[in-house]
Amino acid sequence: MSAPVVLSEAEVKEVSASPAPTSWKITTASLSKDLWLEWRSKDAINSMIFFALLVVVIFSFSFDPTAEESRQIVGGLIWVSFLFAAIVALNQTWAREIRNQVLDAYRVSPAPPNALFLSKALGNFLFVTVLEAVMAPLFMIFYNLKVLGPAYLLLLIAALGTWALVVNGTFFAAISLRTRSREVMLPLILFPISIPALLAMVEATKIVLTGESAAKFWIVLLAVYDLVFTVVCLTLFETVLNAE
Amino acid sequence: MIGAESQVNSPSSALAGSAPPAVVLTGLTKQFGRFAALRNVTAEFVAGKLYAVLGENGAGKSTMLRAIAGLLQPTHGKVTVLGANSVREVCDQLGYMAHPSLLYDEMSGLENLRYFGRLYGIEDDQRCKDAIVMVGLDPALTRPVGQYSQGMRQRMSLARALQHDPTLLLLDEPFSNVDVASARGMVQLLGRMRDGGKTIFVVTHQARLLADLADEFVWMHAGNINSRVPTLDLEAVQ
Repeated sequence: MSAPVVLSEAEVKEVSASPAPTSWKITTASLSKDLWLEWRSKDAINSMIFFALLVVVIFSFSFDPTAEESRQIVGGLIWVSFLFAAIVALNQTWAREIRNQVLDAYRVSPAPPNALFLSKALGNFLFVTVLEAVMAPLFMIFYNLKVLGPAYLLLLIAALGTWALVVNGTFFAAISLRTRSREVMLPLILFPISIPALLAMVEATKIVLTGESAAKFWIVLLAVYDLVFTVVCLTLFETVLNAE
Repeated sequence: MIGAESQVNSPSSALAGSAPPAVVLTGLTKQFGRFAALRNVTAEFVAGKLYAVLGENGAGKSTMLRAIAGLLQPTHGKVTVLGANSVREVCDQLGYMAHPSLLYDEMSGLENLRYFGRLYGIEDDQRCKDAIVMVGLDPALTRPVGQYSQGMRQRMSLARALQHDPTLLLLDEPFSNVDVASARGMVQLLGRMRDGGKTIFVVTHQARLLADLADEFVWMHAGNINSRVPTLDLEAVQ
């Protein structure tokens, strides 16, 4: 450790006022910080993948569906397992901010609250996307799946569905921050509100897998759900952040 | 307890003269459920002074600081900071150090300051390093803050609070768990900052450290300001 404060007056640098940072700059700074911390600890990713892997294996032992039956049920299985696994990451979203009351340092800064929310939601989106990228091929193998509809739509459904889960999950994780049993609270609040999105994801995925009809209605529903909840969460986040 | 007989129940500063007030508290009350942590506090603090906020545990010192920082909404009353009725308007001129470190344990000191600096628009690494040097730590230290000693963590926390060169510094227990030499160093730094025109509030139980430096000793008791005196009665803090 170096010697205690010994700088002379001249060395106490006079600094000019910095230009106000833009929301996007703060979002990227906060996002890179979260990704860096996750890269070091791998807390969220490891537990999510391990959890989802268990679900795939247990389900595959529990059912022995034919290829046709698989296409009917895998939409539900895959999204429910992603939802459960995402809870692990969502519960950890704010854990680091609560330790040492770091969130207070953000609250006293001029940084806009929405930038913090957006960075957390984007971070969770990336974590869950990594999970999906790892787990989706395993689902295909374990359930012997062959996509009969337009496969590219699965990417769109995955992106919209993942955002639906993480935008609400990040918001409700922030709400449950100050509750005593927050890890139980999050699924209790999140699951009911995710039902319309979950229904749309499952139905759209099933339609694409079976190639039976067009998934347009469900995809549009999902997009509208995302839009509405993103706006609501961004609007209300400042209140949640400053709640006592 | 308090050597402040002359000014008991006289919350407005005797020092209040021509200098504009940095902080004005008007009937500030903060209740947590049925417990009133602050009870109708009215006070005016002029700019460019160093205030030592003293009092027993539960007197309301930290609550008052958090209310000034905008971290607590008053139940009643008003807080005016640097002329603004909303702290949010002037938060870029405010530095806050709490009892917890407000730092990420998993990141090094420089990484922490780099991140928090960006929240204030500071892109220059040199400014973060200067702040770390200012509190007597080494910016090249790569180990995470979680592995720092408590005293080092306190000093890094101070560096975080002052890296954006705030006009108003709110420091809650900055000297706790800091060794005597380092604490004296921190006091010298605060003195230089005060002389440079900053307004500084220091909540502390180590009043003696500020005996020769503070412009005013603000004694709190049971959620109110009991007295404000320019000198510290050393017998009172035995």
